[in-house]
Amino acid sequence: MSMQVTELKNTFSAAFESLQSGVSNRLPLWVEDLRLRALEHFEAVGFPTTDDEDYKYTNVAPIARGNFQPAAASDASGIIDPAHLEQFIYEEADGRRLVFINGFYDAELSSLDALPAGVIAGNLADALNGDAGTMLKNFLARGAETSGDDAFTALNTAFLASGAFVYVPRNVRVEAPIHLLFVTESAGEAIATFPRVLVIAEPHSEATIIEDHTALVEQASYFSSPVIEIYVDDEARVAHYKVQRESIDALHVARTRVEVGRAGIYDSTTINLGSALARHNINLQLRGEGSETWIDGLFFGEGTQHMDTHSLINHLEPHCTSHQAYKGILNDRARSVFNGRIFVHPGAQKTDAYQSNKNLLLSNEARVDTKPQLEIFADDVKCSHGATVGQLNEEELFYLISRGIHPELARNLLTYGFAEAIVEKIKVASIKRQLDEAILNRLHASLEA
Amino acid sequence: MLEIRDLHATVDGNEILRGIGLKVRAGEVHAIMGPNGSGKSTLSKVVAGHPAYEVTGGEVLFEGKDLLELDPDERARAGIFLAFQYPVEVPGVSNAQFLRLAYNEKMKHTGDEELDPLEFKDLLAERAKIVEMDPGLMSRSVNEGFSGGEKKRNEILQMAVLQPKLAMLDETDSGLDIDALRIVAEGVNKLKSPDKAIVLVTHYQRILNYIVPDFVHVLYKGRIVRSGGKELALELEEKGYDWVKELDREAATVGAQ
Ligand SMILES: Nc1ncnc2c1ncn2[C@@H]1O[C@H](COP(=O)(O)OP(=O)(O)OP(=O)(O)O)[C@@H](O)[C@H]1O
Ligand SMILES: [Mg+2]
Repeated sequence: MSMQVTELKNTFSAAFESLQSGVSNRLPLWVEDLRLRALEHFEAVGFPTTDDEDYKYTNVAPIARGNFQPAAASDASGIIDPAHLEQFIYEEADGRRLVFINGFYDAELSSLDALPAGVIAGNLADALNGDAGTMLKNFLARGAETSGDDAFTALNTAFLASGAFVYVPRNVRVEAPIHLLFVTESAGEAIATFPRVLVIAEPHSEATIIEDHTALVEQASYFSSPVIEIYVDDEARVAHYKVQRESIDALHVARTRVEVGRAGIYDSTTINLGSALARHNINLQLRGEGSETWIDGLFFGEGTQHMDTHSLINHLEPHCTSHQAYKGILNDRARSVFNGRIFVHPGAQKTDAYQSNKNLLLSNEARVDTKPQLEIFADDVKCSHGATVGQLNEEELFYLISRGIHPELARNLLTYGFAEAIVEKIKVASIKRQLDEAILNRLHASLEA
Repeated sequence: MLEIRDLHATVDGNEILRGIGLKVRAGEVHAIMGPNGSGKSTLSKVVAGHPAYEVTGGEVLFEGKDLLELDPDERARAGIFLAFQYPVEVPGVSNAQFLRLAYNEKMKHTGDEELDPLEFKDLLAERAKIVEMDPGLMSRSVNEGFSGGEKKRNEILQMAVLQPKLAMLDETDSGLDIDALRIVAEGVNKLKSPDKAIVLVTHYQRILNYIVPDFVHVLYKGRIVRSGGKELALELEEKGYDWVKELDREAATVGAQ
């Protein structure tokens, strides 16, 4: 193991110990135990290197080199003027907004006065310490036991001290979105943050979750490693938006882990705009018959941004559907990696799995590595996958230009058109508007002639 | 309005246009006919400025100015319009948005008032009537999933929105059903005026019953081998192209001597 990695582990281990000794954020014994085991697991597996198949194209060494110090709760409280958060607000989620500074829940900045009765949304630490805390034993970090965590997920668990907890009881429908706003305020320090989310949607319930990662300063350099676990119970329905609009110098390595029960519906849309390096690990378990899922995403990289999506979709039961459509736009010297594995287990008959990754290169120096993978161990299934990498279509371009549209505008229009299917899918108008603006902004364009 | 002199053009090194001459005055309708592969679409695309075609000789003047100097978008804004034989599908770009952008680019060029989406909606509804276009097609992506006939109708709708000085309609009639042909042709007639000209590429006499040409030209192997009045179209319909090909062979023999 290299020096850097050893040092890094020492950094995190030391930070872990100081966190352990802090009295204020004590968690139930079983959680402390979980955290300790996670740290041990992290120390045992270490950070991946490019020798690991899963990290062949994504070098996480900058995380090791960065000497990032885990943020502490006390560093963050009261330092943020609520006015500074206005830029991040989605008005659809008014009264259902949880704000986290450097991963720590901030009750002052949050507003939760519009939640339906019975719905819990708040600090994960409070939930764990509360009366029903032990019931969460079954859910928290379940992936660690079933599939074994990677280093980043383990590290997040090791530093679990706060986070978001959303619980939607049986038959309750939360019509409007719940916004989990994770803001990093690093104050110029190289900090590490570990946002954590646990969502439990009971049978027949319904909710929309916006998981949002951003920073107060656009050029801040920090390491953010969020983990979100979502449990969609039988016939429940969860829409999940992940908006990754971190600082342009951030390093972001995230885990999304979802389990879907019988006839459950999970519909996710990930938008990747920020970070110098963004890696998203998705693990979707279709555990109940007849579940239906959408796992869609859009990434737009520019400069030297590196955006990597690794997803594993496990079809464990029959009659489940997974549709995955990822679209990437890459400009300048940006680079993307897409690796999508669909695993159809024996017995998962009548699986309907579709996966596509389409990439649009706006520059000759941009680069894409895409690899859809199907592993099928059932015989009566409908599975398809495909990937494309291309540039703007010359005939389409000429068609627009031949109507008097300036070439630059025509190119922007086509680029915008490429992303449209994903943008159009977004049902929260403010997210859609924001994405529209972000795309046009990156094209240095307006679609106004 | 348009004057083409001894125009030669190649695509991927193959000479497709081999000395075309054509003069179109304001208010005129010209029909261009000729067998498949003779270069009709090539000619219209060269005039529109398609980058795949290289002009290797001759000149094209539009309103007395060198057209070949202009970029394709500049040509369009100057008043040139090509209704494509095969209209292109543009996924993700709505027809209404596309039309408004094109319209506003033109307005900006002429110093006229640009329209916001609401104002443009009214204008579009007005123009759509000219070709009896289904309003449902406005909010869909440009030509995506349109039927062959709908695509052709959409080309003429674009013409109605942009009101070009010179419209080249490349086989707009093919793919249209009998009623649609009448509607679209009548639409084109409504857009006709003494200060505008139309060049119509077609294989069939039928559309010429609606849009009556002042001149008919026969293009064969990259040259105009015969020009005449509207009766020439009838003659072609009756006799086919064999005699025209014969003319070309004679011309070639004469040229060789
Ligand atoms: N990229 C290319 N390379 C070689 N030849 C080409 C290329 N593009 C077009 N051509 C040829 O140029 C010739 C003229 O084509 P064009 O489309 O202009 O014909 P047309 O008269 O419009 O025919 P139609 O009546 O079938 O529409 C054809 O023989 C065609 O195959
Ligand atoms: Mg043709």
